[in-house]
Amino acid sequence: MSEVVRDLKAFAKALVYKNAPKEEYFKRGHRACQGCAPALAIRYILKAAGPNTIVVNATGCMEIISSPFPYTSWGVPWIHVAFENVAAVASGVEAAIKVLKRKGRLDPNKRINIIGLAGDGGTADIGLQALSGMLARNHNVTYICYDNEAYMNTGVQGSSATFTGASTTTTPAGRYSIGQGYWKKNVAEIAASHYVPYVATACPSYPLDLMNKVRKSLEIEGAAYIHVFAPCPTGWGCPSSMAIEVGRLAVETGVYPLYEVERGVWKISYIPPKGLKPIEEYFKTQRRFKHLKKEVVEKIQEKVRAHWERLLMLEKMTNTEEFKEKFVRPFYEVQI
Amino acid sequence: MAKKVGIEAAIAIAEAAALADVDVVSAYPITPQTHIVEHLAHLVADGILNAEFITVESEHTALSAALGASLTGARTFTSTSAQGLALMNEIVYITSSMRAPVVMALANRALSAPINIWNDHSDVMSVRDTGWISIFANNAQEAYDLTFMAFKIGEHPDVLLPVMINFDGFILTHVIEPVVLFGKEDVEGFLPPYDHPYKLDPDRPVTMGPVGLPEIYTEVKKQQDVAIRSSRSVIDAVFKEFAERFGRKYSAVETYAIDDAEVVLVTQGSVTDAACFVVDEMRKRGKKWGVVEIRLWRPFPFDDVGSALTSGKIKCVVVLDRAISFGGPAGIVMSEVRSALYHVPNRPIVIGVTSGLGGRDIMFEDYVRMFELGEEALRTGKEPEMVTIIGVRE
Repeated sequence: MSEVVRDLKAFAKALVYKNAPKEEYFKRGHRACQGCAPALAIRYILKAAGPNTIVVNATGCMEIISSPFPYTSWGVPWIHVAFENVAAVASGVEAAIKVLKRKGRLDPNKRINIIGLAGDGGTADIGLQALSGMLARNHNVTYICYDNEAYMNTGVQGSSATFTGASTTTTPAGRYSIGQGYWKKNVAEIAASHYVPYVATACPSYPLDLMNKVRKSLEIEGAAYIHVFAPCPTGWGCPSSMAIEVGRLAVETGVYPLYEVERGVWKISYIPPKGLKPIEEYFKTQRRFKHLKKEVVEKIQEKVRAHWERLLMLEKMTNTEEFKEKFVRPFYEVQI
Repeated sequence: MAKKVGIEAAIAIAEAAALADVDVVSAYPITPQTHIVEHLAHLVADGILNAEFITVESEHTALSAALGASLTGARTFTSTSAQGLALMNEIVYITSSMRAPVVMALANRALSAPINIWNDHSDVMSVRDTGWISIFANNAQEAYDLTFMAFKIGEHPDVLLPVMINFDGFILTHVIEPVVLFGKEDVEGFLPPYDHPYKLDPDRPVTMGPVGLPEIYTEVKKQQDVAIRSSRSVIDAVFKEFAERFGRKYSAVETYAIDDAEVVLVTQGSVTDAACFVVDEMRKRGKKWGVVEIRLWRPFPFDDVGSALTSGKIKCVVVLDRAISFGGPAGIVMSEVRSALYHVPNRPIVIGVTSGLGGRDIMFEDYVRMFELGEEALRTGKEPEMVTIIGVRE
């Protein structure tokens, strides 16, 4: 599976559990906590990307656990520079590859995937400017945010991607505090607003969906952004055996919907057949939401439902012939 | 064919980067550096230079992208000034620590606040200890030559360090001077192709920028210090080869009229040429003064500074600083000169002056005052610890 599949439809059919890539490019022996979903996500991401891949990694959990010199878990070229500049370093790597191919110092026919990898703090907060620059310039890079909803490496401090109502060490629940007091920043939509060709959300609880989205993003020329919801049992206060279950519940309750925005067209990847589960089912699995009073949960529930409805409307609106005719074709098919 | 043209130092520097056939340019506009990147953008836009020009959204990204490109195997150039360098600061350290031979032209400018776009050396002094090779140019020709040589120095397999070429904002960037520009055929063979021994290559995966635990960090830092100190022999060799091929001589420390001088002024950058002019004029009036320029700022040329300042009849050294170390030894260059001379028996008196901050002109009589302060120190035998700020209103 390491060779690149050109036909996306064939690929989508091709990648099923029994022929998912066996090769591991994120090796065993790293120092992640038990049940770490970000580490699991990286394993899937690299299985999908294959060996012709360069990973640019931000400072954060995944960098710390995978590279204590002289050990490394990385079976592909990997570079870590700083916290806030993954998109910037990846831009430079991509520009270098482009010009070296043009000048014949690299084989112009060799496809080299470039993946930027950062946590939610490195993406939604400190790295947002560099990310915006990279997306606006449309570098041929797939930027993947592994979102464990707080600064876990430094000890569970709140980020702007921390879920509303979650208690962290800097947004602690208290007499006058519900925990994180504002709505989770939606970086996938910020990315989509740059009109890049591909944006998606994913979760390692749905590994085939995640791997297919990674493959698709790497196939498409231009910048891509994938936001990966990745539960952190240590920071969220749930048993390490629950990481996959918690991810599923986030999707099934609509707390974290899975979708794609491909050339401006929204497509929800998974619509629970029996409707959304109540968010209590998700909240009760984690200690960080334990303090929330019923009326607060109800208000958050209302917002989650509204967000889901908006998503359904976006999907409906962008999947019409009219939208494709008036926006998608003229905008994405015109090469300036 | 080499040709002599009237050109801004900024444009000359851009031409030098183009002459080096740079692969990636990553830079952000800031006064007074901007003309460099504008010119490079034009060269790329017109197809004269086959490079990727990344229009980044900040200086932090400018250097981050340059670092990424450099370690992917591309010859990389960036350029900035003052606040831009301050915003880059985190990555300035990392670029040298990760051994990425990026070349940076630094159009020296004052640091805010108050915001001031004019020339002094507070920007370069703020990155003194970051592990970059740092060299001063005094005029447009030197800026051109040194930028071109910077690639050969930094990319040498025994060096692999970033190089910063300093040249004074406005005084050089925006002033048109005669410069001899090379044709590609003139420099044939001088600059070998860039080939970093460790780069991001899927055929040979390497892990770059790993966590350095306490067990390894000290050793890494020691290696880095050894690397920049050892770069001196490469720097000298490149200067020598350049002189042999192209006739223009460069050295770590430059001297002017010091053979019989009793008082010398230590300078860096464009003030050197002005100080030499003052020395010529004052020699007509019987003053035995000279000038010593510390061209190579890092690695600091201790031996060269020591031997230049203890040669001949030198009894007093006046060090001109273009920045202030607040609450510290005041003169940054002065304290380094003092430490270079500390162990020398019968060393000359070393005093410090600060002038030309934030673009204030240093006038003829200001230079004279600096030398006179040296003569005064000789008469009284007093060696004040602090610097004298020339021309400050109190």
